[in-house]
Amino acid sequence: MTTPTPWVDLRRFTSARVALGRAGHGLPTAAHLDFQEAHARARDAVHSALDLDALEAALGQPAIRVASQAADRRTYLLRPDLGRRLREADRARLPPAPGAFLFVVADGLCAIGVQRQAPTLIAAARPLLVANGLALAPIVIASQARVGLGDEIGEAMGAALVAVLIGERPGLSATDSLGLYLTLGPRRGRTDAERNCISNIRPSGLSPAAAAEKLAWLSGAAMRLGATGVALKDEQPGGPLLP
Amino acid sequence: MGFAHAVGGTRYLFPDLRTLLARATPLRSGDVLAGLAAETAQERVAAQRALADLPLRHFLNEAVIPYEADEVTRLILDRHDAAAFAPVAHLTVGGFRDWLLAAEPAALAALRPGLTPEMAAGVSKIMRLQDLVAVAAQCRVTSRFRNTLGLPGRLSIRLQPNDPVDDPRGVAAAILDGLLLGAGDAVIGVNPATDNLETTIRLLDLLDAVRDRYAIPTQSCVLAHVTTSLLAMERGAPVDLVFQSIGGTEGVNRSFGVSLALLREAHEAALALGRGTVGTDCMYFETGQGSALSAEAHQGCDQQTVEARAYAVAREFAPLLVNSVVGFIGPEYLFDGKQITRAGLEDHFCGKLLGLPMGVDVCYTNHAEADQDEMDSLLTLLGVAGVTYVMGVPGADDVMLAYQSTSFHDGLYLRAALGRKPAPEFEDWMERMGIEAASGAGQLPLAPALIGLR
Repeated sequence: MTTPTPWVDLRRFTSARVALGRAGHGLPTAAHLDFQEAHARARDAVHSALDLDALEAALGQPAIRVASQAADRRTYLLRPDLGRRLREADRARLPPAPGAFLFVVADGLCAIGVQRQAPTLIAAARPLLVANGLALAPIVIASQARVGLGDEIGEAMGAALVAVLIGERPGLSATDSLGLYLTLGPRRGRTDAERNCISNIRPSGLSPAAAAEKLAWLSGAAMRLGATGVALKDEQPGGPLLP
Repeated sequence: MGFAHAVGGTRYLFPDLRTLLARATPLRSGDVLAGLAAETAQERVAAQRALADLPLRHFLNEAVIPYEADEVTRLILDRHDAAAFAPVAHLTVGGFRDWLLAAEPAALAALRPGLTPEMAAGVSKIMRLQDLVAVAAQCRVTSRFRNTLGLPGRLSIRLQPNDPVDDPRGVAAAILDGLLLGAGDAVIGVNPATDNLETTIRLLDLLDAVRDRYAIPTQSCVLAHVTTSLLAMERGAPVDLVFQSIGGTEGVNRSFGVSLALLREAHEAALALGRGTVGTDCMYFETGQGSALSAEAHQGCDQQTVEARAYAVAREFAPLLVNSVVGFIGPEYLFDGKQITRAGLEDHFCGKLLGLPMGVDVCYTNHAEADQDEMDSLLTLLGVAGVTYVMGVPGADDVMLAYQSTSFHDGLYLRAALGRKPAPEFEDWMERMGIEAASGAGQLPLAPALIGLR
C-alpha cells in the first residue's frame, strides 16, 4: 500500500519515521529496508575514531592528548569503568589550571559528532564564558573516554568546572550527535546526579551555537549556586518553541 | 552462614546469600563487569542447585544489603506480610518454582504482599524462558487512571513521540501518527530532550491539549525528573502521571537524585490534583538492569536481584505503569540479543509476580550485538507472557534518545497475532472515531489542524 498524501504531510513537522504506510500490520518493504540500512550505518559509526590532528587544527589551538585505560574498542564497550580512568602515563601531561573552566573533548560512543560539532561549540562558548569572568584551561582531548573521565582530568588540573563534550551513541537518524556534561568541582566519585547535560547537539538537533549559550547560562548559574546536577534547574529563558 | 554444592567432583562454596544469587544468575556482561558472575558453567549450576535447596524463609533472615544501611531493604522487610507468605513458607526455592508453575491467578495475586523481590529474583534464576512466560501469563495486574490497563485479552501501547529539540509540532506529528496506528492507551509520554522546567510545562500543556481536543481516554506524561514535575505542579501545570527512574538500592536512587521521601512527596502532590477519572494510579516508573552498577551502588549484588528490588520501591506508590528499559543501557550490562531477551522476560516476570503493571521497552542500542529479529522474538514472547504494555515509537527509531524500541506497527502486529485489544475505554474511542477503518485506508479521521499541525 502506498502512503496517501494527507498522512505524508506529517513528515513536514518531524524527522521521525512517521507516515510509513502499512503492508497488513507491518512495514512496507521500502521502509523496512531503509531501517536496515540506517542500522548498518549506525553499527559502523560505533567504530569511528577521532582524527586528532584535524580536531586540533579545527580547535585552533594546541590541545593535550590523553587516553583512558580502555586499550581498544571492545574493551571500551565492555568495561566502562576503564573508560572513566585516566591512563596513568598521561597524568603528568596535565598542567595545573586552578579555578579554571576546562573543556574535555572526548570520543565517546561515536567520534563523528565530536569531530564536527565540538570546535564550533567551543568557539562560540569561549567569549561567553570569558564574559562570565571564567578563565579557560587548555583543552584536553581524550580517547576511549567515558563522561566520568572528565572528573579525574578536572581534579588533576584543579579546574572549577569541567564540560565534557562527548560523542553520543549513534542513532538510526543521526550519527553526528554531541552531548555535553557540565560538572562543578570535578573529582573522582561524582555521580551523574551532580552533572547537567545538554544533549542532541548537531545541526538538525540543538545547534552548537545554542548549546554554547546554554552552557554559558548553566556555568554562570552553577558558580552562583555552587552546584551542578539536580540542584541546578535549567531555567534559561527560552525563545518560543514554535518558530 | 554459607552455602555449598558439589558438581562434577568439585565442591563450590558461596559465602552469603548475595553471592549465591549472583553466581546462580544466567550469564550476562554486567555481572562479569562487576566481578560477580560464576567463573564456569559448572559453578553456575552448582549455585543454582544450592539456591534450589534453600528454604524460601531464609530470605527473611538474611538481607542482601544490610537493613541498617539501605532504605530499600528497610522498605522490603518492613512491608513483608507474613500471613500472605504462609502458603509458600514451607517451600524451598526449587519447590517454589514448582508451586508457581501450577498456581492459579487468584493464588498468585494473594501471594504478592508475602513475597520479597529477592525471592522473585531467586526463583527466576532457576527458571527457563518458558517458565518465566507461563507464570507471568497467570499474573493479573490492573491499574487505572483515565482508562483500565492490564485486563485479560488486552495489550496497551505507550505512545513515545520524542523530538530532538522538544519541538511541539514534531511531538504532535508523532502523536497523531501513533494514534492513527492504535497506540497511546497506556500513556502518551514524552521524554524531554532537556530537563528544563519551562519546556516541561509547555510539553505538558501540549499533551493535555491534544488529549482534550481529540477527547482521548488516556493519560499523558512528560518524563522529567521528579523534582521538575513537582515544580511544574506548583505552577499549576496539567500533570497526570509523575515519572521517575528508580533503582533497587538507596545509593542508586541517590544517583538518580531521589529518595523514598521525595517519591512520597511527589505521589501525594499528584494524588492531590485528582486528575484521574476511573482511578488514582498516578505514578510511572522506569527501571533497568545495570543502573546500580553504573552508579557504583550495587553493593555486591547481581544486577537482576537489584532490579527486582526496584520493584519494591515501585509498588510502594501504586503506579499506573512500570517498565524495564531492558536493552537501553548498553552491551556492558546486557551484551547481545540473547542476554536482552532473558533479562526482559525476567524483569516482566518479577514485576508481575510482585504485583506491578509491568511493561517492557523492547529495545537495543547500536553498540549492542542485537537487531530487529531478536526484538521480534522478545516482543512476541512478552505478548504471550501477557505484558501490560510496550512502547510505540515512529518506525521503531527514537530520534531523540538514539536507540531502537518497538514501533506502532509492532503493536499492531502483536495485537493481531495474539488477538489482543487496546484498553477498553481506548478501544471504544478508536471505534467512535473510526480510526482503524480510516487509517487502514490512509485517511485522517483526526484533523491535524486541531493540534496545531497546519
